[in-house]
Amino acid sequence: MTLFLGALTIGLILSLLALGIYISYRVFDVADITVDGSITFGAAICAVLIVKGTHPMLATLAAFGGGLAAGAVTGILQAKFKLNPLLSGILVMTSLYSVNLHVMGKSNVPLLTGRTFSTWAEQLGRAWFGKPEVNLLGWLISARDLVTLLLALGMVVTVCLALYWFFRTELGTAMRASGDNPQMIRALGVNVERYRILGLALSNGLVALSGALLAQYQGFADAQMGIGMVVWGLASVIIGESLIGSRSLGLAIYGAIAGSVLFRLLVAIALRWGLNPNDLKLVTALFVFAALVLPQWLQRRGKRET
Amino acid sequence: MLTVSNLRKTFNVGTVNEVRALRGVSLELPEGAFLVILGGNGSGKSTLLNAVAGSFRLDAGEIHLAGQKVTRWPEHRRARLIGRVFQNPFTGTAPTMSIAENLALAARRGQRRKLGWALPRNLMDELRDRVSQLKMSLEDRLDNAIGTLSGGQRQALTLLMATWLKPALLLLDEHTAALDPKSADLVLRVTEEIITRHRLTTLMVTHSMQQAANLGDRIVIMHKGAVAYRFTGADKQRLGANDLLARFEDLRRREMLDETAAALLRETYL
Repeated sequence: MTLFLGALTIGLILSLLALGIYISYRVFDVADITVDGSITFGAAICAVLIVKGTHPMLATLAAFGGGLAAGAVTGILQAKFKLNPLLSGILVMTSLYSVNLHVMGKSNVPLLTGRTFSTWAEQLGRAWFGKPEVNLLGWLISARDLVTLLLALGMVVTVCLALYWFFRTELGTAMRASGDNPQMIRALGVNVERYRILGLALSNGLVALSGALLAQYQGFADAQMGIGMVVWGLASVIIGESLIGSRSLGLAIYGAIAGSVLFRLLVAIALRWGLNPNDLKLVTALFVFAALVLPQWLQRRGKRET
Repeated sequence: MLTVSNLRKTFNVGTVNEVRALRGVSLELPEGAFLVILGGNGSGKSTLLNAVAGSFRLDAGEIHLAGQKVTRWPEHRRARLIGRVFQNPFTGTAPTMSIAENLALAARRGQRRKLGWALPRNLMDELRDRVSQLKMSLEDRLDNAIGTLSGGQRQALTLLMATWLKPALLLLDEHTAALDPKSADLVLRVTEEIITRHRLTTLMVTHSMQQAANLGDRIVIMHKGAVAYRFTGADKQRLGANDLLARFEDLRRREMLDETAAALLRETYL
């Protein structure tokens, strides 16, 4: 049960990453590998600030700001310097690796002492339930884990609602159109380049937010923690689409969340069954490959048979 | 209203693909005028339209529109003054977004986009009203993704979008060429209706002689990046599709003469 709760919580935290990937991959049709750097960037900023005694809320917001900046740089490389989108991401991701080491001063910053959302959750758990463990449908679980899960859920719901609202404003619809049909929206007076920068900034801001929460949950920030995160996010978005569909904006956002949580659960189960953790990234990449190729392949087969 | 003077543009300069697309084109379009630009493939008619829209930087020449010099304005800035319908029905609309959202984007053409709802109730009412005027019963499907519509329906909506806020200039780039005949007729009917109702200054590119003869109050025939013939007023009204065809035949013969003459010269002197 503890394992299940943990998987749910991490799934929710990483669903913010999935939302970020949804913006870059589905709205702008770019596999933005900046994510691998910006999730660590968020974690690094947040961890360092918390160690220095900053309020966790402020530290998390600062991480979001850092992600915005990183994404904006990728956007500027794409929009102003006309670099290939993939290359822009690779350049920023690579530079972020050095930046992150500078921010942290070493390759790993533990969060054993400072106040984080986790310590807050522990306090809340004690205040609400009065004891360290609660009985949930016959399972004894730690109050801290339960409150952490609820906090993560609250955070994700808030971000989802904000994102849903944003994408239905004049600004947000123009941003979606910039990705959907740049020629059309340019003819309607929108500076497409600017919206691309804004969109990628927002995307990486969410990713860094996810990194900040992840660092607080697992209790450390690490220079290597971002490796393969873009693939993870893609997997979440793709699972969400195949399960929930993408007929409307609301469904697509909900799908990204559900996909992330489900994927994390699947991974937890696979690890429990004895999947070597070293193989995790390989399996994730193979999964994304299969999810992208199988539908086409099945369609072609279907056509040949009829 | 629109003054275009001595536009020049060469694409792919210095390569084997060098194309002199515009070789000094000048036009004058008073307010409320409807100019049809006719020409064969590669005559530069679409390039001229794109030059006015601001799709690329000109080599030389100036464009004035609604009293402002717009020569150096980027495309999205000119959109404040220009409504545009493209040849490809897929170019004018955002396919994954709903009909209502597409129209709402057009309702703020050239204006600042803020954090207000894209689809407030009063706008929805107006959308339903103006879409129903197309008589395509699309007003009940405003929430459908625009990508699910036919080319003709999309083109009619693009036309509505381009003219939602009255543009100083309407650009139509062979906007019926990619449609089946029935849809093309329909879109053409809507086009005439909207242009007449709002007295729009219009620049339309076509390669259909029939359309050129029936529409507009003036014609320009382009050939090899330059204006070959101009007709206005009574001259234009007298012109039928056959007369236009005859002019094209003229141009073709003149060109062949040029080529044979060049061959003759080559033979003589080389």
